[in-house]
Amino acid sequence: MTKVTMTVNGKPVSGEVEGRTLLSQFLREGLGMTGTHIGCDTSQCGACVVHVNGQDVKSCTMFALECEGAEVRTIEGMANADGSLSTIQQAFQDHHGLQCGFCTPGMVMTAAALLEKNPKPSEAEIRDYLEGNICRCTGYHNIVKAIMAASGQDVGAIAAE
Amino acid sequence: MPKDHGIGASSKRREDVRFLTGRGRYTDDINLRGQAYACFVRSQVAHGRLNGVNTADAEAMPGVIRVFTGADFEGIGGLPCGWQVTDRHGEVMQEPGHPVLAQGKVRHVGDPIAVVVAETYDQARDAAEAVVIDIEELEPVLDMKAALEDGAPKVHDDLTSNLCYDWGFVEENREAVNKAFETAHHVTTLELVNQRLVPNAMEPRVAIGDFDPGTEDSTLYTTSQNPHVIRLLMGAFVLGIPEHKLRVVAPDVGGGFGSKIFHYAEEAFCTFAAKQLKRPVKWTCSRSESFITDAHGRDHVTKIELALDAEGHFQAIRTETYANMGAYLSTFAPSVPTWLHGTLMAGNYKTPLIYVNVKAVFTNTVPVDAYRGAGRPEATFQLERVIDKAAREMGIDPVELRRKNFITQFPYATPVAVEYDTGDYNATLDKLLEIADVSGFESRLAESKARGKLRGLGINCYIEACGIAPSHLVGQLGARAGLYESATVRVNATGGLVVMTGSHSHGQGHETSFAQVVADMIGIDENMVEIVHGDTANTPMGMGTYGSRSLAVGGSAMVRATEKIIAKAKKIAAHLMEASPDDIELKDGAFTVAGTDKSVAWGDVTLAAYVPHNYPLEEIEPGLEETAFYDPNNFTYPAGAYACEVEVDPETGKVTIERFAAADDFGNIVNPMIVDGQVHGGIAQGIGQALLEGAAYDEYGQLLSGSYMDYAMPRADDVPFYTVDHSCQTPCTHNPLGVKGCGEAGAIGSPPAVVNAVVDALQRAGHTGVTHIDMPLTPSRVWSAMQG
Repeated sequence: MTKVTMTVNGKPVSGEVEGRTLLSQFLREGLGMTGTHIGCDTSQCGACVVHVNGQDVKSCTMFALECEGAEVRTIEGMANADGSLSTIQQAFQDHHGLQCGFCTPGMVMTAAALLEKNPKPSEAEIRDYLEGNICRCTGYHNIVKAIMAASGQDVGAIAAE
Repeated sequence: MPKDHGIGASSKRREDVRFLTGRGRYTDDINLRGQAYACFVRSQVAHGRLNGVNTADAEAMPGVIRVFTGADFEGIGGLPCGWQVTDRHGEVMQEPGHPVLAQGKVRHVGDPIAVVVAETYDQARDAAEAVVIDIEELEPVLDMKAALEDGAPKVHDDLTSNLCYDWGFVEENREAVNKAFETAHHVTTLELVNQRLVPNAMEPRVAIGDFDPGTEDSTLYTTSQNPHVIRLLMGAFVLGIPEHKLRVVAPDVGGGFGSKIFHYAEEAFCTFAAKQLKRPVKWTCSRSESFITDAHGRDHVTKIELALDAEGHFQAIRTETYANMGAYLSTFAPSVPTWLHGTLMAGNYKTPLIYVNVKAVFTNTVPVDAYRGAGRPEATFQLERVIDKAAREMGIDPVELRRKNFITQFPYATPVAVEYDTGDYNATLDKLLEIADVSGFESRLAESKARGKLRGLGINCYIEACGIAPSHLVGQLGARAGLYESATVRVNATGGLVVMTGSHSHGQGHETSFAQVVADMIGIDENMVEIVHGDTANTPMGMGTYGSRSLAVGGSAMVRATEKIIAKAKKIAAHLMEASPDDIELKDGAFTVAGTDKSVAWGDVTLAAYVPHNYPLEEIEPGLEETAFYDPNNFTYPAGAYACEVEVDPETGKVTIERFAAADDFGNIVNPMIVDGQVHGGIAQGIGQALLEGAAYDEYGQLLSGSYMDYAMPRADDVPFYTVDHSCQTPCTHNPLGVKGCGEAGAIGSPPAVVNAVVDALQRAGHTGVTHIDMPLTPSRVWSAMQG
């Protein structure tokens, strides 16, 4: 077991981990932060996406020890300081961008990273960026719509609602 | 103006806040003090004789508490099947045993053989690799037709063959149907495969068993769509624990789509092991494990024939289907190809004679059971594909051929045992043609052509039977359960309500939509109503959520319980205002006496119920809590019309969905936003089946598509924005809300639209020999079809 220290959502944390312990496992089991979800074992589904030093990564593809000294941000750190939903979270609720909620943390973290890089993405750019995040409930319609709305684009003309 | 609250309003979902902030509580988020971890050792071969399991090395590994094998379960019941089908000859189906851990044989890749329980998850996994299994491989049974040949190896040695049942429906019509085909003007025949799918709810299954040595109570936390059903099946048939000593909790559940209806071995194992070890035992499924243990869906091989007269009127339908059961009978597997499939073969059309034959077959594959739509997508697909083919053969416009045969008078008794209460199929078809902008297709076709692409338009209708189900009817059909639903409405002293429902929400948003209904009935704010579900300890006996039944059946129970509450509250209000209960009206959360200005608030009445100082104690009891059980007297019949436009790349065969429109009649709507979302998700699953998904086995019975690397899930860039409409509403005539259910429609209506569109595109491009391509329509299949 090796000690690892990192900052998660602005708070310093540390724990004893094995070399094989994944970041996703450390967050969930080591820190009890269960907002990050594990939906597959082949780094395909994206339910476990977090930000490491500002970059969106699948936390099942990193060892916890690789994050020594890193700044990690998870879904638990996405709300506004007063606890209210952030713009992207609020857009997901306003536009029904989630159903069972299991893929949602990864979707929100991926969407937030996209909007950092591309503040006004097109529909095609959003769909392309979400390629690594699988949702089985929504058919993606309202997820794409929510991300467009969160970036300040008019979604009134998008079919159906 | 859209409503802003109550029934008909797109109220934002209250459950979203916890899901969006990482505060959901899914089963894997639960960790009990002192819990141990289970790791299953599973068969890596499809069919084999299990000669021995050596656990000595594993038991010596660090952290290992105990290794369980089939020997530990010899005296314990197997997993029960909840439906018994009677075959064409009046014989009951062949029903093999289904042990918790393998006994003597393994029958599919993934069949559980042993379980290591250890102090940590990683220790359990490490030790599982040290369990030595001695298996003598046997020839696997994979192809359904070959499985029924004489001399085929048997999946179950104690059965007479691999045939579960040979079902005929309606058997008495068989001769008349055959005669109709002999004299028909035109017969269209289509052979097709409705391929095996893996449901793939995003949350893998989890089970945590707990045992309290003080009270001897067992608790199971599980990813289930129906915790009471699991309590009954596991308690009564597997482990012998009475309901009052067993609690089943299904907290936030990350999607189900049918796959979390069934009782699985891991649930029984964890409950059993917790009692043996006197400590909690947790099992978390990996996705790879989920591919080889969650019940799969579909897997039908069908030949359908449609007889028509010279004008295109349908005269008769005859089908022969081979339905894969897999290695064991999953909980409701026998009902899917029979009562959920045969009864829908009339579709939206007047066809006087129908005969459906289904042969259910055991193979060395993962068990198959209900997956979103369950039997109804299979019925719709074959019917709507054969109609398109018939239209082409007879030179009739496919839309007009459908209209010509629509059922237009209701109620309508079909020749396949169900009675449609209401509908308007022309209305949904008209609406579809409008929202899909079918009149603009030709110009879009020209534009595609200019870019060197083929373009096609596919249109179809669908009907489904949901609101499952009238108990007296399903009992006659072989169900070993009732299919009512329950609700308890508890009004608190200060006026807030808690509704404890037997329905279960795993994405459907019941916490919001159910509250809208009750708040609307009383005229109070939705936030005064809390919905509780998913725990047998605090909800009445309920059958759970599947078959688009929650609002139609569970919602009806809730309405009935709320009506009882209102009736009692009116008596209390009448007493407080010294009036007759018959004169009391409830509106906007206040009770008034008709024709007077007397009024008492909702909260005054609820307080009086619990502080009964001025109260008619001689007439009514204190308190304000009521329970209702609702058993529907018919199914509900959502119906509609779907349109898909595709482009096909003639060089590669790659299909892209350019436009997709759905016009559904769901009867009355409680939350339009949620209904739209349900349809969107169903359409994506249907597009997934049509273009991408398929569980592929090799000749050894290995699942080739066993992870997301190989099983093509629909992703955001595989689908377009959808145009959906549910303004055509013919309310259900037999439930109090007039609702029909919307959860499965998208997955039922969409696959034929996609395939019809691709065939249309190829036909328009001159590939006139292409009348069908089996799903999934991968580029290689479409390209091959174009090569002739």
